[in-house]
Amino acid sequence: MIKDLRILIVEPSPERVREIVDALSKAGWSDVKAVAQISALERTVRDFAPDIVLIDLANPDRDMLEHISHATETSKRAVALFVDQTDEDLTQAALSAGVSAYVVDGLKMDRIKSVLQTAIARFKMMRQMQSELDAAKQALEDRKTIDRAKGILMRQRNLSEDEAYKLLRKTAMGQNRKVIDVAHALVTAADLLS
Amino acid sequence: MSVTTLNCGYVPLVDCAPLVIAKELGFASEEGLALNLVRQPSWSALRDMLALGHLEAAQMLSPMPVAMSIGLGGLPAKVDTLMVLSVNGTVFGVSTALAADIGPVSFGDANALLNALSRRKGKPLRIGVPFHYSMHQLLLSYWTSAMPDLRIEEITVPPPRMADAVASGFVDAFWVGEPWGTVAVQQNVAQIVMSGRDVWQFAPEKVLAVRHDWVTDNPNVARRLMRAVYQASAWLDEAQNKHLAVEILGRSEHLSVSPDLIDPALTGHIVPTLNAHPLKIDRFLQFHKHAATFPWRSQAAWIASQLGADAAGIQKAKDCFRSDLYRQNLAGIGADMPGASEKKEGALQFETAVASTRGHMILAPDAFFDGRTFDFTTPFR
Repeated sequence: MIKDLRILIVEPSPERVREIVDALSKAGWSDVKAVAQISALERTVRDFAPDIVLIDLANPDRDMLEHISHATETSKRAVALFVDQTDEDLTQAALSAGVSAYVVDGLKMDRIKSVLQTAIARFKMMRQMQSELDAAKQALEDRKTIDRAKGILMRQRNLSEDEAYKLLRKTAMGQNRKVIDVAHALVTAADLLS
Repeated sequence: MSVTTLNCGYVPLVDCAPLVIAKELGFASEEGLALNLVRQPSWSALRDMLALGHLEAAQMLSPMPVAMSIGLGGLPAKVDTLMVLSVNGTVFGVSTALAADIGPVSFGDANALLNALSRRKGKPLRIGVPFHYSMHQLLLSYWTSAMPDLRIEEITVPPPRMADAVASGFVDAFWVGEPWGTVAVQQNVAQIVMSGRDVWQFAPEKVLAVRHDWVTDNPNVARRLMRAVYQASAWLDEAQNKHLAVEILGRSEHLSVSPDLIDPALTGHIVPTLNAHPLKIDRFLQFHKHAATFPWRSQAAWIASQLGADAAGIQKAKDCFRSDLYRQNLAGIGADMPGASEKKEGALQFETAVASTRGHMILAPDAFFDGRTFDFTTPFR
């Protein structure tokens, strides 16, 4: 749920950090950390594993943040960025391009909640899309493995394709395992023996 | 001709010079362009602003348009390279502590330096680079991959903070564009031990980038921009103009650093350690001569191959380096054109005359430190 979000603030000014933390806790988010220094950023992103990172658009540490996200496979993370000038077009363009949430009016505290909600919604959508993609890839891999296992059984036991699959399924049910796990075991064993 | 305002993003580095000169010396206004140079805080911000249409053009690290074309990193926008803004111009430096650790190595000897670094025991070397998709990073990984035992960790550090990052021990070494290597030397926290051209002698460093759709819709404005930048780059490569260029660049609205720190890169006289005699480095930073501005499709292909692209990706990379537009838009102002748009990268050990539209042109050496060559004209697997 939204309440569980971990939020990291990258901001050198302690005053501004306090304002943001206040606004976030009023909105119901308390799992918040702030870093000011570039040297602390890398470690904190790895250890704290934030769901959302807030960083000013003008902050040069953004290149480093991108690199860390890239290196730690957390590109699915939403990064909310604050711009200092009022520009509704830019916000819209950025949101539809689908990378970041750009906030108008710099850090207007009354808007922080709605902006973060937008970022979170995007984050969820991206994560959903990513996991669907991962699932599709996995399904494809699984099918390849099962096909190979069937092929082995067809050759070794002289079975038809249908019979081979039935044997896999029967074995899986008998051992209370998934078909794919049995297929994996069979393929591995065959590789070892070949 | 009506005046067209053009927003062009840049990052304050010595090699933003062609854009600054195009504006300040009136090459842009001669083409009816009011060039509005917009300073950007980071490469990611610059990329997003260009992709989202808030900038019409931008100075980019040469691998950025290639990375975007093959779908790596950031917004999935189609961005084209109109021309190369600068060749070479980066330095590799080590902290004072690391320099003592590896002992003396003659400046620019990439092989000896690699050997010295890999003899060193202990933790992986932490090396600062300005951005992941940069020529700095590609040259670093190309160079260090020759020595698989050498363990390195790439750390992104904004160039203006590179000197502090070395001073505090956050990084052991860095690969950065000028003036930031010289700044670290002048603060006596690091030594420059080689320049980028010691790994690849003719590496496209920064490029003039625009959105693919924008150049399709605004061919006339694009032509005027290219002509203005081309004239500026020719002016910059004339020896007698260097001092004025240093002065213009040092002005607060552009780089806001002392002219002493800009001079080494523009004149090619690099001071490797504090108070040492400057070393003269040929083609340390080339703006114009030897077809420096020509966007060779083979350069894009090399970048893509280093980024791990397949054959389709390499083709996309080639397509985004618009040598077709370069020929079309700059022939009219007397720019000499090479006979081909691709060359075998790394094949030239010496200055070499090649066929061109106006007879012949001299290409500069483009060899790699390890002598390898890359031919992307034949189908690549």
